[in-house]
Amino acid sequence: MARRVMIKGNEAIAMGAIEAGCRYYFGYPITPQTDIPEYLSAAMPKVGGVFLQAESEVAAINMLLGAAATGVRAMTSSSSPGISLKQEGISYLAGSQIPGVIVNMSRSGPGLGGIHPSQGDYFQSTRGGGHGDYRTLVLAPSTAQENYDLTMLAFDLADKYRNPVMVLGDALIGQIKEPVELKSYRKKPKEKPWALTGAKGRHGQILKSLFLADGELTDHNWMLAKKYKSMEKEVRFETYRAEDAQLLLVAFGSVGRILRTSVDILRDKGKAVGLLRPITLFPFPNKAVRQAADKAKVLMVMEMSTGQMVEDVKLAAECACPVDFYGRPPGSIPTPDELAKEAMKIWRKRGLK
Amino acid sequence: MSAKAKMKQVFDRPKSLKDVPYHYCPGCHHGVIHRLVAEQIDAFGLRESTLAAASVGCSVLMYDYFDVDVVESPHGRAPAVATGLKRSRPDSFVFTYQGDGDLAAIGTAEIVHAANRGENITVVFVNNAVFGMTGGQMAPTTLLGQVTTTSPYGRSAATDGMPIRVCEMLSTLEGTAYAARVAVNNIKNLKKAKAALKRAFTYQTKGWGFSFVEFLSSCPTNWKMSAEEANARVGKEMADYFPLGVYKDVRAN
Repeated sequence: MARRVMIKGNEAIAMGAIEAGCRYYFGYPITPQTDIPEYLSAAMPKVGGVFLQAESEVAAINMLLGAAATGVRAMTSSSSPGISLKQEGISYLAGSQIPGVIVNMSRSGPGLGGIHPSQGDYFQSTRGGGHGDYRTLVLAPSTAQENYDLTMLAFDLADKYRNPVMVLGDALIGQIKEPVELKSYRKKPKEKPWALTGAKGRHGQILKSLFLADGELTDHNWMLAKKYKSMEKEVRFETYRAEDAQLLLVAFGSVGRILRTSVDILRDKGKAVGLLRPITLFPFPNKAVRQAADKAKVLMVMEMSTGQMVEDVKLAAECACPVDFYGRPPGSIPTPDELAKEAMKIWRKRGLK
Repeated sequence: MSAKAKMKQVFDRPKSLKDVPYHYCPGCHHGVIHRLVAEQIDAFGLRESTLAAASVGCSVLMYDYFDVDVVESPHGRAPAVATGLKRSRPDSFVFTYQGDGDLAAIGTAEIVHAANRGENITVVFVNNAVFGMTGGQMAPTTLLGQVTTTSPYGRSAATDGMPIRVCEMLSTLEGTAYAARVAVNNIKNLKKAKAALKRAFTYQTKGWGFSFVEFLSSCPTNWKMSAEEANARVGKEMADYFPLGVYKDVRAN
């Protein structure tokens, strides 16, 4: 039986990474994710791994690029302003098709902002984030358990698609302490014939994103675009009491977690309210949202931002039903009661019964 | 036995170089420096265990010439990329090949900290005092008074600061084990450059720590000079401000 432990969300990320065979971590201190480098600075030497505190976020992502280029599993983590700095490297990872796991325990912005939980990095995460036409896979955990599980999945997806994968949490998801079942990682690592291991008995191999010959870059980008499209099969989401919901709430991460209680509160009052929580933000659960839009009378997106994922929900719903929104900028964490009240406003406004 | 059969081959292309023509401008020193590096890779028997971090600038295409495993780095980040390569494959020979725009401007943090950590890697730094690939703009190493496309009135100490002497700066760091500045503008200097590279390769293969070789290089195209004039400038103006020599050799004797 898997061991159950009481740990912080950030520690669950670190433990998931080690369990998945990650032995190379490069990072830089920034609140609210610093438990990850702190944990790994102690744990990596014990498993024969490398922990390196880089001189900057920029250096950390590039160290990851170098390590991952040789075929090993490597990770970096940071929080919003630090992720902004890593975007150059993430773009190169995508362009050169080098896998890597990037954890963003996001905080509030813009600028230095604050250390409150925030979901304001949704666009940055799901739209590529750096320069060029690329995508990263984005996994959005809502519990410490999911931090552990999805970090392991992140390494598998990164290797499968030779692409950067982002784990997007926030201060709440990183700092919360709760029980986690430490499941064993049992997958066999994927062969990586593309990795740079020294040109033994062969010519040199190149990992690059520069394509200067006529048509070469166009072909490269089409190949990447097809790859991003093929990621659709990785879509993950969770529904809660959604079956007969007239008002279906849509939220990810920490807000998705809070809304489970809000749904219970509203159900107790006899209101048919349910929840759809995207777990993959890219690929986005377009089909699930579209089907929900056919079934429910109203969709309502809730975010700890002034509205980002709501755009994806509107696109996915294709006007099959109204899409309402409640968002709030970071500063305080909304309570289940507050969110239930906001849902009731829409319930009444839309004349639901 | 014929006269031909008696002839001994004394010169050939290093095995670590591909048999393709360089794209570099006539008179540019990159080709010569590539060859010197490839000769050492061959001499140390490292072709099959070398991992290189290419940089951004004229030498971004080094992977078209070196027949070793190469990863492209973002501008200035090669020492961080090389750190990742070396930490994950400690038995590999890892080197970066960077210009002065790359290493001394946008990549200043990465080179300083890689050196300071004493990363067991080798950095080949090609200093031609301009941003070559983008068409000859001012670099941190551009000499005082030098006219470039972004210092049309000549580099001014008052507004642009003085040129950075990278070799000297890195030599102050405890982590730097070997640092030398060389040139390939004449045979005498070329031989010294060879010796410096050999020493740098020795440092890494013996696990002695961070080694750094700075090449003063010509850029006839952007200096708007003939190859000969550019060679002379390397020996005179460049070497006057950037003195050649071994700045650090912690295992000497």
